[in-house]
Amino acid sequence: MIDFDKEPPIIRVRGLGNSFGEQVVHEDLDLDVHRGEIIGVVGGSGTGKSVLMRSIIGLQTPDAGEIEVFGEPILGRDLDETVNVRKQWGVLFQGGALFSTLTVAENVQVPLKEFYPDLSPELMNEIAAYKVVMTGLPPEAGPKYPAELSGGMKKRAGLARALALDPQLLFLDEPTAGLDPIGAQRFDELTRSLRDTLGLTVFLITHDLDTLYAICDRVAVLADRKVIAVGTIDELLALDHPWIQEYFKGPRGRMAAIAEDRRQETEGVH
Amino acid sequence: MAGSADFVEEQDAGARVIRFSGALTLAQVQDLPRRLAGVGGAVAAIDLSDTDRIDTIGAWIVRRFAREHGAEIRGASEDARRLLEEVDRADQPVKVRPDQRPPFTRVLDEIGAATAQAGRTLLGLLAFFGAMLVALGAVIRHPRRFRWTALVQRLEVVGVSALGIIGLMSFLIGIVIAQQGAVQLQQFGAEFLTINLIGRITLRELGVLMTAIMIAGRSGSAFAAQLGTMKITEEVDAMRTIGVSPMEALVLPRVLSTVIMMPLLGFYSSLIAIIGGGILWWITLDIPPVSFVQRLREVVPITDLYVGLIKAPVFGLIIGLTGCFQGMQVESDAEQVGLRTTAAVVQAIFLVIVIDAFFAVFFERIGWI
Repeated sequence: MIDFDKEPPIIRVRGLGNSFGEQVVHEDLDLDVHRGEIIGVVGGSGTGKSVLMRSIIGLQTPDAGEIEVFGEPILGRDLDETVNVRKQWGVLFQGGALFSTLTVAENVQVPLKEFYPDLSPELMNEIAAYKVVMTGLPPEAGPKYPAELSGGMKKRAGLARALALDPQLLFLDEPTAGLDPIGAQRFDELTRSLRDTLGLTVFLITHDLDTLYAICDRVAVLADRKVIAVGTIDELLALDHPWIQEYFKGPRGRMAAIAEDRRQETEGVH
Repeated sequence: MAGSADFVEEQDAGARVIRFSGALTLAQVQDLPRRLAGVGGAVAAIDLSDTDRIDTIGAWIVRRFAREHGAEIRGASEDARRLLEEVDRADQPVKVRPDQRPPFTRVLDEIGAATAQAGRTLLGLLAFFGAMLVALGAVIRHPRRFRWTALVQRLEVVGVSALGIIGLMSFLIGIVIAQQGAVQLQQFGAEFLTINLIGRITLRELGVLMTAIMIAGRSGSAFAAQLGTMKITEEVDAMRTIGVSPMEALVLPRVLSTVIMMPLLGFYSSLIAIIGGGILWWITLDIPPVSFVQRLREVVPITDLYVGLIKAPVFGLIIGLTGCFQGMQVESDAEQVGLRTTAAVVQAIFLVIVIDAFFAVFFERIGWI
């Protein structure tokens, strides 16, 4: 296991406050994400999971608090000033958020062209090509336009674009939502294998209990406008919070736990 | 941060070896690919033992170089080996853009597709009109099913809310016609004929036509966007499954609202345009409103008013129909809502002008000149 105390966290959120009009979403929220881990962020609908992610990547300006990514403060700075940080992260939005006028391969090239305009077009085409295949898309998907892709393929294409710059940090917003169970499981495996081969840190928002059990090292629970607990699922189960208990011990939570036990038995993983 | 990627050529037991150093990452490769391309001839081995970091792009460059020169890779760390394997697996021919067909066949293809599309749209519009008439018949037989509140609401949005903008537009057009007419007709000493011009052209043509264009832009587009969004969010499907006919609940009130409102707004527009012209005359030529109105009554036949009022509901029908038709054509894609909305406005204005030309010939033939 990684020793978290040795290294500073990759994402450090302190005292975050977000509100929309009267409605307070976050209040005094703290969170640390460490290098090399897959952290799952869970919470009921409307607890501000996506708002938290948008705050970290600078799409949402919070009312209060500070956010550091790779040790650099994010808030209150211009896009130009955070360019070195933004080069090191990739974001997969819920629907893939592909640019509809570009093909899949061209979508992957957009961040490359933006940040490294000096790369030769030939090398850029090759990079786009292997990224597309690496995310599990068939080679034929490269010259297709987003409108021609299924939901699962759009997500993979979005992931290919998020990985274009070989980022160290990957944000995934509900990557398995709307996928069939086989597709969701493949996406989970893909996320884990990418983390293992590329050494990624993954910030994963999900409702999918199977994903939590299968690939997350730690889980952060959002409730009551804060992160009420962070830890492995076993650690969270030991807590006495009613929402956590209901979430993991409800029928769906139990099924996911059983499925994961079976998977580990058959694979011989400990 | 580690130094930028670099390489040196060495001789090792008579064989050429390329030794990489620094960080083989996207941020550090810089001009490495270009310099590597300058290395010609056979290379026996690539040595990675001096590199400190590597990412997939570095691995790709190394692998490509190794393949091109038939070199073996040595000294790769655990990470580097894993990445090399990973990019190796991912190496498949992928096209970046779809193949382009020759321009000649492509243009022919596009012309053909556009023609077929135009034909389909016209047929679809006709079928939609038929379906709406069927729904109208059903509603007339069972008046209880008619959505009175929806109709009243539409009447307000289409009609009452448009009074301000249509009034302003008509007033200004009245002033422009009066001013331009006066300037031109003055040359023949016939500026008093401008009153004929204002009265007749606004009642016969411009009042209704300008109103139709405004309503097409304001309400026809809104209909298409509303219904299109409802199609995407599956509201229309939900309606059908509950047993509510979208034709009766959504289309009929909208089309009826434009049919009812167009004559009223067209008449209002003509009136305001005449007032605008009258005010300009009053100010610039010092002709009092009473004489203006008196002269107007002498030169404008009542049939001019009928011409405008007969055309208006037909224009309203076209606008409402194309708006709803295009909205209902949206399938599952947010981009289509924008395209369909544009199409609704363009087609409505185009059809209105075509029908207007037919009306002009028709009224001339029956003697309402």
